Amino acid sequence: MSEKREQRDGTAWAKPVAHLEIAGVEPGSAGINVTGRRPTSPVQGFGRMWQKTYRIRLEGAGVTPAQVIEVWKRDFPAFWPKGNRFFAPLAGIAPGEVAVLDLTMPGGLKLSTGVLVLYADEESFTLMTPEGHMFAGWITFSAFDDGGVTAAQAHVLMRASDPLYEMGMTFGGHRQEDRHWAHTLRSLAAAFGVEGDVAVETVCVDRRRQWGKAGNVWHNAGIRSGMYTAMAPMRLVARPFRRA
Amino acid sequence: MTETAVPMTVRTPTGRASVIDIAGEVTAASEGVLMDAYGRASGERTRWIVLNFSELEYMNSSGIGLLVTLLVRANRQKQRLLAYGLTEHYRQIFQLTRLDEAITIHESESEAIAAAA
Repeated sequence: MSEKREQRDGTAWAKPVAHLEIAGVEPGSAGINVTGRRPTSPVQGFGRMWQKTYRIRLEGAGVTPAQVIEVWKRDFPAFWPKGNRFFAPLAGIAPGEVAVLDLTMPGGLKLSTGVLVLYADEESFTLMTPEGHMFAGWITFSAFDDGGVTAAQAHVLMRASDPLYEMGMTFGGHRQEDRHWAHTLRSLAAAFGVEGDVAVETVCVDRRRQWGKAGNVWHNAGIRSGMYTAMAPMRLVARPFRRA
Repeated sequence: MTETAVPMTVRTPTGRASVIDIAGEVTAASEGVLMDAYGRASGERTRWIVLNFSELEYMNSSGIGLLVTLLVRANRQKQRLLAYGLTEHYRQIFQLTRLDEAITIHESESEAIAAAA
């Protein structure tokens, strides 16, 4: 292995962690369903396995892949659709960092979860989901030369985490996810003064559901976020006693 | 995307186990080569596919994604995946991505073949 490659590889990956930890909770974030959760790959998920690729060509932008990734990492939350919040780690998008997410689900339900930065180098970064997230897997954001034009891409490899999420993904979840990443890529392109179409490619890698993983529903962040919201008045009443 | 040549040879040390020798880089560009190697390694009687990472130089997160896809294909054929030759760094990545829960890691080819048998 070349020294440069070895160095890049060694620093690009997160160090192994058994459970996620967050340094602190930013104002406005529930910050729940992250601490103590294990990261999950598609191997640990329940539903059908999907590979989705969203791509936009930054025609005329005159930027290098590294410049695109630098901006994407720095302003990642700014490109998200309204109603969804990404609380970036203090150190930014760097290997091993954990970010908190507050998402709006179909029906207006708020869901709090997080992601681990699994991998990050100058031309790509990958976010991995924890237990309780809608899906088990990762998303790789990259930029590369596509026939002389820099292209930006989000590549998702996932299974819905549990049977409830699988049902949700089937009835509108996939469409919402497609809209989310298409919006993100268009916003990123707009940051470079480019308007363009987002090409979407969806492949069902495995049609089988992993029924042995149905118990993942125990960690379902949607249910837990709903309970957290419902308990808010009780937490308010209990607050003075906790301080004492 | 940059095309990367990943030489992968296939050996069949026993009738029911095949070895894929992975060398160089495993990235998104390796998909065709890896799946082609799997196609050559997977016979009617093959039950174990052993991945030899001894000559692996570099693997990024897209490469790990390819291994997940390979795992799905192997499971569909009722085959098990085993691995050996991983450096400590890549062992840690298998642990982090929890691929080690589905692909058993061994110290050597003989150990992997013995486990398969």
